[in-house]
Amino acid sequence: MTGTPTPAQIAARAEARDQVRTELRSRVGGKAEIETAAPRVGPEEVTGAQSIVRSLEEVGADVVFGIPGGAILPTYDPLMDSAKLRHILVRHEQGGGHAASGYAHATGRVGVTMATSGPGATNLVTPIADANMDSIPLVAITGQVGASAIGTDAFQEADIVGITMPITKHSYLITDPAEIPRTIAEAFHIASTGRPGPVLVDIAKSAMQSRTTFSWPQELNLPGYHPVTKPHSKQIREAAKLLATARRPVLYVGGGVIRAGASELLRQLVDLSGAPVVTTLMARGAVPDSHPQHLGMPGMHGTVPAVAALQKADLVFALGARFDDRVTGKLSSFAPLATVIHADIDPAEIGKNREADVPIVGDLREVIGDLLPELAREHEEQGRPDVEGWWRQLDDWRRTYPRGYTETADGLLSPQHVIQRLGELTGPEAIYVAGVGQHQMWAAQFISYEHPNTWINSGGLGTMGYSIPAAMGAKVGQPDRTVWAVDGDGCFQMTNQELATCTINDIPIKVALINNSSLGMVRQWQTLFYESRYSNTDLHTGHGTMRVPDFVKLADAYGCEGIRVEHASDVDAAIKRANEIDDRPVVVDFTVSRDAMVWPMVAAGVSNDDIQYARGISPAWDRED
Amino acid sequence: MSRHTLSVLVENKPGVLTRVAGLFARRAFNIHSLAVGPTEHEEISRITVVVDVEEHPLEQVTKQLNKLVHVIKIVELEPESSVHRELLLVKVRADAATRTGVLEVVEMFRARVVDVVPDAVVIESTGPAAKLDALLAALEPYGVREIVKSGMLAVGRGSRSITDRAFERAVRSA
Repeated sequence: MTGTPTPAQIAARAEARDQVRTELRSRVGGKAEIETAAPRVGPEEVTGAQSIVRSLEEVGADVVFGIPGGAILPTYDPLMDSAKLRHILVRHEQGGGHAASGYAHATGRVGVTMATSGPGATNLVTPIADANMDSIPLVAITGQVGASAIGTDAFQEADIVGITMPITKHSYLITDPAEIPRTIAEAFHIASTGRPGPVLVDIAKSAMQSRTTFSWPQELNLPGYHPVTKPHSKQIREAAKLLATARRPVLYVGGGVIRAGASELLRQLVDLSGAPVVTTLMARGAVPDSHPQHLGMPGMHGTVPAVAALQKADLVFALGARFDDRVTGKLSSFAPLATVIHADIDPAEIGKNREADVPIVGDLREVIGDLLPELAREHEEQGRPDVEGWWRQLDDWRRTYPRGYTETADGLLSPQHVIQRLGELTGPEAIYVAGVGQHQMWAAQFISYEHPNTWINSGGLGTMGYSIPAAMGAKVGQPDRTVWAVDGDGCFQMTNQELATCTINDIPIKVALINNSSLGMVRQWQTLFYESRYSNTDLHTGHGTMRVPDFVKLADAYGCEGIRVEHASDVDAAIKRANEIDDRPVVVDFTVSRDAMVWPMVAAGVSNDDIQYARGISPAWDRED
Repeated sequence: MSRHTLSVLVENKPGVLTRVAGLFARRAFNIHSLAVGPTEHEEISRITVVVDVEEHPLEQVTKQLNKLVHVIKIVELEPESSVHRELLLVKVRADAATRTGVLEVVEMFRARVVDVVPDAVVIESTGPAAKLDALLAALEPYGVREIVKSGMLAVGRGSRSITDRAFERAVRSA
């Protein structure tokens, strides 16, 4: 306590407080204006529904994947007249959500999905959660019951804002139509900046039906949203110093590099540093697989060199990666010798699982952009780092444990062969979209990726059924590229209804159905960890079964070309034929052996040191000793 | 485990308390007490949350909270540099025979009687947790009928305000 203040002091304090208050208010009031090339429009007298459509047009959306229903119905009327928005009528809201995600993945733009209230909205829960885990910019617009009915358990009412709160980056409930343009502008801004993610905009039907005014651009009012994009220069210098002096460095590259559009810069960093690089499941394609310093994918089904390099590294430089359990294995024994530099746009990822010695928060383009000259300077001052011994070791691992697989013993097709040929015959300019399971891992392992955004899959959530709708969305976003869905028979049966959407809307995706007649990854775990007791993993879709359903007939029923391949000699011809068809979707039913397994493998919860190259084969470490 | 008091400045928007509380639940953090109310800025509400948590997860929950779009600023208020107060309303049995004893306790703790009926009184007291615990212990023998607590409120000592600090930081980062 400092005694009683004088009146002058009180006045001075009050003035200072008022000044801060005024400034703060102006900040809270928001001065940020969404960047747009469009000229100022409005105010126009419109309905709320028209305001939604106008906002989507002005914010730059061009495709909406959705299904109408009662509460969103008013919006579908003006949507019909929009010349700028292409609405694609999907068969299930989950398909619409994943399609928007596939579109976002393939284009780097915000994907948009639209659904009605209640069950329409709850069907979006899975794609929203998926987008949240994989940092996909997605805006979901849902109809809500009229404002006066909210909270009354009205027909098709669901509190979708409440339901999705844990799985969205942000969400809105609009009951006042005047808020529509600003909210949609904010939703797109939040979805696409910082760490991208899904934003839900739930709009009451009564707001769509009311009169309001529309104008654009809108001022954003987001006083609590300031993603840090510029990295701290001290941390950059520290990272450069470590990278320039490490003897056994590894660049551990995650999906953030792809989201940031930093692949080109990363390539320069790889070249300049001379360090080996590993790309996670979400980062396949961030560095060309053909790059000599690329060791492949780390993690549970990663390559032995990639896993081993991390385990033996003295420096791990994580770029847009989040030390996921599928990468680290048992966390306490992951990269035990390594100093960690961790660069990410999301501060909460740094130190979440593994403590970072050098934390760097920023946009990876800026991080790498700032790092390159610093690293060059370090090299000039101290000479290039001595990583020759490290490379001898790494090359030895690469020679000893190359990518490969064992041919199946039952005479049926090897799924790895099918997927490898698919990649070789179709090439790296195509986009490959996987579901979840064995086929996903093989597609990550046996197709060589040369470009970012050519590999699309559900990594974090592991959503079975992702492939078909996401491939559809990718094809809509990149119509000139060949898009292959690499799917399993289990996944395919969860979302294949979107083939109807593809056929009707001229979205000629191709489906490589890796049909092993079972839930293959679960079956593999049953083989390995449950004494080959195959509880509820047989799907009866493959060779020598009832074939329910018959995928070739199903393809035919959906207006797709259906091709069945049962022999290795027919694989190439079928892929070539599929690649030639461009006027309708193609489904190639590759009936493969169910006994094929994904290797290498680190069992869940064990140390990466215990990786098995193939069943029962553990690498011998430290061969140079 | 150690106890931490966080002051969370949030936009005064519907659902913001759910977002904050939900995040604590989702990330498996126990909220010891939570209080929310308006501030000197009508656009901003202030949530005071007391959590029992280790240092490392506290950093993680703070970072996760910061990701909520409606959260403007989070400050941990250390006990030595801040004032912590809670409001307690307690209904105690007090008839002609025991009322004098109850009132003596009230006097000793500088609490106040805010309602009287022939067989009970309602006592109001504010203070740090330890004082209120001691008061409740002293009243216990007379028969405590109802306890209501506001949740802990806390403010940093000295002239600076965390809204100032939030503002200054925003200017720096801009």
